[in-house]
Amino acid sequence: MTEPIQNAAPTGALTDPIPSSPPRSQWHDVWDQFKHHKGAMLGGVIFLLIVLLVFVGPWFWPFDATHIDIRARNQGPTWAHPLGTDQLGRDTLARMMAGGQTSVSVGITAMLLALFLGSLIGVLAGFFRQLDGLLMRMTDLFLALPLLPLLLVMVLLFRDPLNAAFGPETGIFILIVCAIGVTSWMPTARIVRGDVLALKEREFVLAARSIGTTNARMITRHILPNVLSPIMVSATLGIANAIITESALSFLGLGFPPDFPTWGRLLFDATDYLQQYPERVFWPGLAISLTVLSVNYLGDGLRDALDPRIRGR
Amino acid sequence: MLTFTIRRLVLAVPTLLFISLVIFLLLELAPGDPMAQVPLTVPPEVKERMREALGLGEPVHVRFVKWLVQFFWIEPQVLFDNLFGTNLTEGQQRVLSWQTRSPVMDIVVQRLPQTLWVVGMSYVLGVLIALPIGIYSAYRQYSVFDQLGTFISMIGFSVPTFFTGVLLIVLFSVHLGWFPSIYDTTHKITDWDSFVFQLRQMAMPVFVLALYNAAQISRFMRASMLDNLNQDYVRTARAKGLGEKTVVLVHVLRNSMIPVVTVIALGVPQVFGGAIITEQVFKVNGLGHLLIGAIEANDLPMVQTLTFIFALLIVIFNLIADVLYGILDPRIRYD
Repeated sequence: MTEPIQNAAPTGALTDPIPSSPPRSQWHDVWDQFKHHKGAMLGGVIFLLIVLLVFVGPWFWPFDATHIDIRARNQGPTWAHPLGTDQLGRDTLARMMAGGQTSVSVGITAMLLALFLGSLIGVLAGFFRQLDGLLMRMTDLFLALPLLPLLLVMVLLFRDPLNAAFGPETGIFILIVCAIGVTSWMPTARIVRGDVLALKEREFVLAARSIGTTNARMITRHILPNVLSPIMVSATLGIANAIITESALSFLGLGFPPDFPTWGRLLFDATDYLQQYPERVFWPGLAISLTVLSVNYLGDGLRDALDPRIRGR
Repeated sequence: MLTFTIRRLVLAVPTLLFISLVIFLLLELAPGDPMAQVPLTVPPEVKERMREALGLGEPVHVRFVKWLVQFFWIEPQVLFDNLFGTNLTEGQQRVLSWQTRSPVMDIVVQRLPQTLWVVGMSYVLGVLIALPIGIYSAYRQYSVFDQLGTFISMIGFSVPTFFTGVLLIVLFSVHLGWFPSIYDTTHKITDWDSFVFQLRQMAMPVFVLALYNAAQISRFMRASMLDNLNQDYVRTARAKGLGEKTVVLVHVLRNSMIPVVTVIALGVPQVFGGAIITEQVFKVNGLGHLLIGAIEANDLPMVQTLTFIFALLIVIFNLIADVLYGILDPRIRYD
């Protein structure tokens, strides 16, 4: 009946030359915007430097964080010990690096845990209508909990059983990471849920649904990549939050044990010698503040770079 | 609005009950034994009796209900008694601290003024500093003042209070000797000199907390002002010839304050929680100090009651923030 149209000249878009370079990806644009945020670039570089210093530094530094040299105790800055030594003659720089390893690891691990919980709950609540009410009431409840007192109570309660199960260092690490993770996922969950709710109404989700995409595939393939930007911003802010919380716990004497330095613990120990050696509180405090400051600036820049309304201005 | 408030109040009840249950069950897992300090020579059956005297003999649910009744029914009556001199609570059992064997609420009432003075003052001061900074930063966006203000607020936001506190102690107490590093709770204001001393000992903790609060609130204030400064009504106000002062300080400010007021209300309970650290640094004998002491001494009724008071504050101020938002912004309709 209908004759196949033969030799019809291709019209319109079909005659356009095929682009020789692949299209610019979203991340390319994000990076372009991010580059222009000076504070964020500086913050990122400083954060990377700190991470590099605390993890690679100990390989090149001759002193061990736990090496006790009682004859060299309470020294000021010298060439051998640029940041001086503590009351047992342990090198402060080595202890700062060891403390940084713990603080940064706790920060990153706790952030990952909080992010996982927050994204999971946010996606589930946004995607499945039946779960929404229940999960969001739970989020509200968690937001109403007094977090710092509860953290203190949790550390107090579970310190001994976990120490017995995993040894003093791993036990307290697991405890603090879990405690911080469990008490800081709520903002992420709320943001992710809001974004998922908006995404669910978009046409591409409908299109994917119409070709029979399953729920699991829909979430991993279509929803999650699109909520990545709020998750990344929460991630940076989460690191800052976790580092401060861990330091606060250690500062209150309810964190890591004394022979296992973290920045908060070093600061706490240094306050005992405030009258004699006031300079000793400076380094751990500076390290915490600088890390948190750089991470916050990084988050600020990321937020601007990932926001399509601001990008390109 | 009224129905909304009532609905939220009714909803707050199960929330609070659930929170108290969570705290109670969490403390139920505590490995510590209140009898740990009792000498070993005391025979076990006597220890058992002592444990019962603390109210530990009964099953969990009985103790939980007992605590609820004591906290929500008997303690308000005690307050009523103290205010009006009645004696409704003669012989009623109150929540007792294991450390001191005295009612928990009595100790809380003793400690409350210190916390309120330091924390309350710092919050008021922080808000008073933050608002003008936020307004001016937004008005002159990207000016030197704005850049500097943003940087300082970023620092105030990032540097933990336990570091600023210790730094101030090093500088002003150890080196300069201007302020005492330890807060003297027993100090009474009787004359001018003692008033000056009170000011001096409050200066550092108040400054530390005020800086932290001001940093957060000024960022909110700036963002909120920026949102409003580009609105059409601002152009209209300028077009009809209103002075710049009226436009910014009346039209824009009033609209920008709506979210900021709720943020300020939401921040109050967090300030109480965050003050735990500052109180510890400056040895202020307030609620946070009490909580840390109780945690270290395994004084479970005290920990339970204090944690719950913090939760109560959060729920109440959330409610206040929601209601305020509805009152201030006529666009918000809850019904």
